Amino acid sequence: MNPELQGRAFEPTAPYLVGREKVREFARAVFSTSPLNHDPEAARAAGYADVVAPPTFPIVVQEATLAQLLAEPDAGIDFTRVVHGDQRFTYTRPIVAGDELTATLAVTSIKSLGGHSMITSESTIVDATGAHVVTATSTLVVRGDE
Amino acid sequence: MSDIAVGDVIAEKTFDLNRGSLVRYAGASGDFNDIHYRDDVAVAVGLPGVLAHGMLTMGLAVQPVVEWLGGDSGRILDYQVRFTRPVLVDATEGAQVTVVAKVGVLDDAGARIDLTVTYNGDTVLGKAQARVAL
Repeated sequence: MNPELQGRAFEPTAPYLVGREKVREFARAVFSTSPLNHDPEAARAAGYADVVAPPTFPIVVQEATLAQLLAEPDAGIDFTRVVHGDQRFTYTRPIVAGDELTATLAVTSIKSLGGHSMITSESTIVDATGAHVVTATSTLVVRGDE
Repeated sequence: MSDIAVGDVIAEKTFDLNRGSLVRYAGASGDFNDIHYRDDVAVAVGLPGVLAHGMLTMGLAVQPVVEWLGGDSGRILDYQVRFTRPVLVDATEGAQVTVVAKVGVLDDAGARIDLTVTYNGDTVLGKAQARVAL
Protein backbone atom coordinates (compact mmCIF):
# COMPACT_ATOMS: atom_id res chain seq x y z
CA MET A 1 0.00 0.00 0.00
CA ASN A 2 1.18 3.49 -0.84
CA PRO A 3 2.16 5.34 2.38
CA GLU A 4 1.83 8.68 0.59
CA LEU A 5 -1.96 8.34 0.83
CA GLN A 6 -1.67 9.64 4.36
CA GLY A 7 -2.15 13.38 4.34
CA ARG A 8 -3.46 13.49 0.77
CA ALA A 9 -6.31 15.95 0.17
CA PHE A 10 -9.52 14.48 -1.24
CA GLU A 11 -12.40 16.39 -2.82
CA PRO A 12 -15.68 16.46 -0.88
CA THR A 13 -18.21 13.95 -2.24
CA ALA A 14 -21.22 15.08 -4.27
CA PRO A 15 -24.09 16.13 -1.97
CA TYR A 16 -26.20 13.22 -0.67
CA LEU A 17 -29.84 14.16 -0.10
CA VAL A 18 -31.32 12.04 2.71
CA GLY A 19 -34.77 10.80 1.74
CA ARG A 20 -37.50 9.90 4.22
CA GLU A 21 -38.22 6.57 2.58
CA LYS A 22 -34.48 5.75 2.49
CA VAL A 23 -34.32 6.35 6.25
CA ARG A 24 -37.32 4.08 6.78
CA GLU A 25 -35.86 1.41 4.51
CA PHE A 26 -32.53 1.51 6.33
CA ALA A 27 -34.27 1.50 9.72
CA ARG A 28 -36.22 -1.65 8.79
CA ALA A 29 -33.02 -3.31 7.58
CA VAL A 30 -31.27 -2.81 10.95
CA PHE A 31 -34.32 -4.00 12.94
CA SER A 32 -35.11 -0.57 14.38
CA THR A 33 -38.29 -0.26 16.41
CA SER A 34 -37.92 3.46 17.13
CA PRO A 35 -40.91 5.54 16.00
CA LEU A 36 -38.47 8.41 15.41
CA ASN A 37 -36.99 6.45 12.50
CA HIS A 38 -40.36 5.85 10.86
CA ASP A 39 -42.91 8.47 11.87
CA PRO A 40 -42.33 12.18 11.04
CA GLU A 41 -44.82 13.24 13.74
CA ALA A 42 -42.96 11.26 16.41
CA ALA A 43 -39.68 12.74 15.19
CA ARG A 44 -41.07 16.30 15.28
CA ALA A 45 -42.47 15.73 18.77
CA ALA A 46 -38.92 14.83 19.84
CA GLY A 47 -37.55 18.03 18.30
CA TYR A 48 -36.34 16.81 14.90
CA ALA A 49 -37.32 18.25 11.51
CA ASP A 50 -38.17 14.86 10.02
CA VAL A 51 -37.53 11.14 10.55
CA VAL A 52 -34.21 10.39 12.25
CA ALA A 53 -31.74 8.01 10.63
CA PRO A 54 -30.39 5.08 12.71
CA PRO A 55 -26.89 5.51 14.22
CA THR A 56 -25.12 3.51 11.49
CA PHE A 57 -26.80 5.27 8.55
CA PRO A 58 -23.74 7.52 7.99
CA ILE A 59 -22.04 4.47 6.42
CA VAL A 60 -24.20 5.11 3.35
CA VAL A 61 -22.67 8.58 2.96
CA GLN A 62 -19.20 7.46 4.02
CA GLU A 63 -19.22 4.73 1.39
CA ALA A 64 -18.60 7.29 -1.37
CA THR A 65 -15.36 8.33 0.34
CA LEU A 66 -14.18 4.72 0.73
CA ALA A 67 -14.85 4.26 -2.98
CA GLN A 68 -12.64 7.33 -3.63
CA LEU A 69 -9.89 5.76 -1.57
CA LEU A 70 -10.03 2.37 -3.31
CA ALA A 71 -10.16 4.11 -6.70
CA GLU A 72 -6.95 6.12 -6.18
CA PRO A 73 -4.81 4.85 -9.05
CA ASP A 74 -1.65 4.69 -6.96
CA ALA A 75 -3.27 3.37 -3.75
CA GLY A 76 -2.17 -0.21 -4.30
CA ILE A 77 -5.26 -1.56 -2.55
CA ASP A 78 -6.60 -4.84 -3.93
CA PHE A 79 -10.33 -4.59 -3.24
CA THR A 80 -10.76 -8.38 -3.23
CA ARG A 81 -8.40 -8.60 -0.22
CA VAL A 82 -10.05 -5.86 1.84
CA VAL A 83 -11.74 -6.74 5.13
CA HIS A 84 -13.54 -4.24 7.36
CA GLY A 85 -11.52 -4.11 10.59
CA ASP A 86 -13.30 -1.57 12.71
CA GLN A 87 -15.81 1.23 12.49
CA ARG A 88 -16.63 4.27 14.56
CA PHE A 89 -19.10 7.14 14.38
CA THR A 90 -18.69 10.32 16.40
CA TYR A 91 -21.86 12.41 16.30
CA THR A 92 -22.65 16.08 16.66
CA ARG A 93 -26.28 15.27 15.86
CA PRO A 94 -28.23 12.46 14.18
CA ILE A 95 -28.88 12.57 10.44
CA VAL A 96 -32.49 13.45 9.57
CA ALA A 97 -34.45 13.24 6.33
CA GLY A 98 -33.93 16.37 4.27
CA ASP A 99 -30.26 16.71 5.16
CA GLU A 100 -27.95 17.36 2.26
CA LEU A 101 -24.64 15.85 3.29
CA THR A 102 -21.12 15.91 1.91
CA ALA A 103 -18.23 13.83 3.16
CA THR A 104 -14.53 14.59 3.02
CA LEU A 105 -11.98 11.84 3.35
CA ALA A 106 -8.66 11.94 5.16
CA VAL A 107 -6.31 9.00 5.58
CA THR A 108 -5.11 9.18 9.18
CA SER A 109 -2.93 6.10 9.50
CA ILE A 110 -1.29 3.36 7.45
CA LYS A 111 0.32 0.42 9.23
CA SER A 112 1.73 -2.96 8.36
CA LEU A 113 1.32 -5.89 10.70
CA GLY A 114 2.33 -9.47 10.00
CA GLY A 115 2.03 -9.16 6.23
CA HIS A 116 -1.28 -7.30 6.40
CA SER A 117 -1.76 -3.59 5.84
CA MET A 118 -4.19 -1.50 7.82
CA ILE A 119 -5.47 1.81 6.57
CA THR A 120 -7.51 4.08 8.81
CA SER A 121 -9.54 6.86 7.27
CA GLU A 122 -11.83 9.54 8.62
CA SER A 123 -14.80 10.84 6.68
CA THR A 124 -16.06 14.14 7.99
CA ILE A 125 -19.73 14.56 7.14
CA VAL A 126 -21.26 18.05 7.13
CA ASP A 127 -24.68 19.43 6.23
CA ALA A 128 -25.59 22.02 3.58
CA THR A 129 -24.61 24.86 5.93
CA GLY A 130 -21.19 23.29 6.48
CA ALA A 131 -22.00 22.31 10.07
CA HIS A 132 -20.54 19.07 11.36
CA VAL A 133 -22.99 16.16 11.63
CA VAL A 134 -20.86 13.05 12.16
CA THR A 135 -17.36 11.76 11.60
CA ALA A 136 -17.09 8.17 10.39
CA THR A 137 -13.80 6.38 10.99
CA SER A 138 -12.97 3.05 9.36
CA THR A 139 -10.02 0.75 9.43
CA LEU A 140 -9.71 -1.46 6.38
CA VAL A 141 -7.42 -4.47 6.59
CA VAL A 142 -5.79 -5.51 3.34
CA ARG A 143 -4.73 -9.14 3.63
CA GLY A 144 -1.23 -9.94 2.40
CA ASP A 145 -0.26 -12.91 0.23
CA GLU A 146 -0.83 -16.15 2.07
CA MET B 1 -32.17 6.16 34.12
CA SER B 2 -30.38 8.11 36.85
CA ASP B 3 -30.38 5.06 39.09
CA ILE B 4 -28.21 2.88 36.87
CA ALA B 5 -24.92 1.49 38.12
CA VAL B 6 -21.80 0.16 36.44
CA GLY B 7 -22.38 -3.48 35.54
CA ASP B 8 -26.14 -3.16 35.12
CA VAL B 9 -27.62 -4.88 32.08
CA ILE B 10 -29.83 -2.21 30.51
CA ALA B 11 -31.04 -4.22 27.53
CA GLU B 12 -30.84 -7.66 26.00
CA LYS B 13 -32.22 -8.83 22.67
CA THR B 14 -31.91 -11.66 20.17
CA PHE B 15 -32.20 -11.02 16.43
CA ASP B 16 -33.15 -13.72 13.94
CA LEU B 17 -31.27 -13.21 10.69
CA ASN B 18 -32.03 -15.01 7.47
CA ARG B 19 -30.91 -14.56 3.88
CA GLY B 20 -33.79 -12.15 3.37
CA SER B 21 -32.36 -9.93 6.13
CA LEU B 22 -29.08 -9.76 4.20
CA VAL B 23 -30.74 -8.93 0.90
CA ARG B 24 -32.79 -6.26 2.65
CA TYR B 25 -29.67 -4.74 4.22
CA ALA B 26 -27.82 -4.91 0.89
CA GLY B 27 -30.56 -2.88 -0.77
CA ALA B 28 -30.89 -0.40 2.09
CA SER B 29 -27.17 0.22 2.44
CA GLY B 30 -26.01 -0.17 -1.15
CA ASP B 31 -23.47 -2.84 -0.17
CA PHE B 32 -24.04 -5.49 -2.85
CA ASN B 33 -20.90 -7.54 -2.23
CA ASP B 34 -21.76 -11.05 -3.49
CA ILE B 35 -20.43 -12.77 -0.37
CA HIS B 36 -23.55 -11.59 1.45
CA TYR B 37 -25.99 -13.54 -0.72
CA ARG B 38 -24.14 -16.01 -2.96
CA ASP B 39 -22.81 -19.26 -1.51
CA ASP B 40 -20.75 -20.03 -4.62
CA VAL B 41 -18.92 -16.69 -4.45
CA ALA B 42 -18.42 -16.92 -0.67
CA VAL B 43 -16.89 -20.40 -0.99
CA ALA B 44 -14.75 -19.35 -3.98
CA VAL B 45 -13.07 -16.61 -1.89
CA GLY B 46 -12.37 -19.05 0.93
CA LEU B 47 -15.25 -18.33 3.28
CA PRO B 48 -17.28 -21.09 4.93
CA GLY B 49 -20.48 -19.59 3.51
CA VAL B 50 -22.59 -16.46 3.15
CA LEU B 51 -21.84 -13.88 5.84
CA ALA B 52 -23.91 -11.08 7.30
CA HIS B 53 -22.61 -7.60 6.49
CA GLY B 54 -20.46 -6.44 9.41
CA MET B 55 -22.35 -3.15 9.24
CA LEU B 56 -25.66 -5.00 9.62
CA THR B 57 -24.39 -6.57 12.84
CA MET B 58 -23.12 -3.17 14.01
CA GLY B 59 -26.43 -1.58 13.02
CA LEU B 60 -28.69 -3.99 14.88
CA ALA B 61 -26.40 -4.28 17.92
CA VAL B 62 -27.05 -0.66 18.91
CA GLN B 63 -30.83 -0.94 18.58
CA PRO B 64 -31.42 -2.20 22.14
CA VAL B 65 -29.55 0.91 23.36
CA VAL B 66 -31.72 3.16 21.18
CA GLU B 67 -34.82 1.47 22.64
CA TRP B 68 -33.48 2.01 26.16
CA LEU B 69 -33.07 5.71 25.27
CA GLY B 70 -36.75 5.86 24.40
CA GLY B 71 -36.05 5.66 20.67
CA ASP B 72 -33.98 8.86 20.55
CA SER B 73 -30.60 8.04 19.02
CA GLY B 74 -29.70 11.74 19.33
CA ARG B 75 -28.38 10.90 22.77
CA ILE B 76 -25.74 8.61 21.32
CA LEU B 77 -22.52 10.63 21.08
CA ASP B 78 -20.17 7.96 19.77
CA TYR B 79 -20.48 4.33 18.68
CA GLN B 80 -17.65 2.01 17.75
CA VAL B 81 -17.03 -1.67 17.11
CA ARG B 82 -14.28 -3.97 15.96
CA PHE B 83 -15.24 -6.79 13.62
CA THR B 84 -13.67 -9.89 15.12
CA ARG B 85 -15.66 -12.89 13.80
CA PRO B 86 -18.08 -13.34 10.92
CA VAL B 87 -21.76 -14.21 11.33
CA LEU B 88 -22.53 -17.12 9.00
CA VAL B 89 -26.11 -17.06 7.81
CA ASP B 90 -27.22 -20.52 6.77
CA ALA B 91 -29.67 -20.63 3.84
CA THR B 92 -32.27 -22.63 5.79
CA GLU B 93 -31.33 -22.20 9.47
CA GLY B 94 -30.44 -18.49 9.37
CA ALA B 95 -28.48 -17.14 12.34
CA GLN B 96 -29.33 -15.85 15.79
CA VAL B 97 -27.39 -12.85 17.06
CA THR B 98 -27.73 -11.93 20.71
CA VAL B 99 -26.92 -8.51 22.14
CA VAL B 100 -26.37 -7.79 25.83
CA ALA B 101 -25.94 -4.11 26.70
CA LYS B 102 -24.27 -3.32 30.00
CA VAL B 103 -23.20 -0.11 31.72
CA GLY B 104 -19.40 0.01 31.43
CA VAL B 105 -18.62 3.49 32.71
CA LEU B 106 -20.63 6.27 34.37
CA ASP B 107 -19.20 9.78 34.48
CA ASP B 108 -20.11 13.45 34.08
CA ALA B 109 -20.47 13.03 30.31
CA GLY B 110 -23.02 10.22 30.70
CA ALA B 111 -22.47 6.52 30.30
CA ARG B 112 -20.48 4.13 28.22
CA ILE B 113 -22.64 1.18 27.25
CA ASP B 114 -20.65 -1.96 26.45
CA LEU B 115 -22.22 -4.42 24.05
CA THR B 116 -21.59 -8.14 24.04
CA VAL B 117 -22.70 -9.47 20.69
CA THR B 118 -22.68 -13.23 20.21
CA TYR B 119 -23.51 -15.70 17.49
CA ASN B 120 -23.27 -19.45 17.96
CA GLY B 121 -21.65 -18.96 21.38
CA ASP B 122 -18.84 -16.70 20.14
CA THR B 123 -18.52 -12.93 20.38
CA VAL B 124 -18.50 -11.39 16.91
CA LEU B 125 -17.75 -7.77 17.80
CA GLY B 126 -14.89 -6.49 19.95
CA LYS B 127 -14.77 -3.20 21.85
CA ALA B 128 -18.40 -2.55 20.95
CA GLN B 129 -19.15 0.62 22.88
CA ALA B 130 -21.73 3.37 22.72
CA ARG B 131 -21.20 6.66 24.53
CA VAL B 132 -24.55 8.11 25.57
CA ALA B 133 -25.63 11.38 27.16
CA LEU B 134 -27.94 10.84 30.15
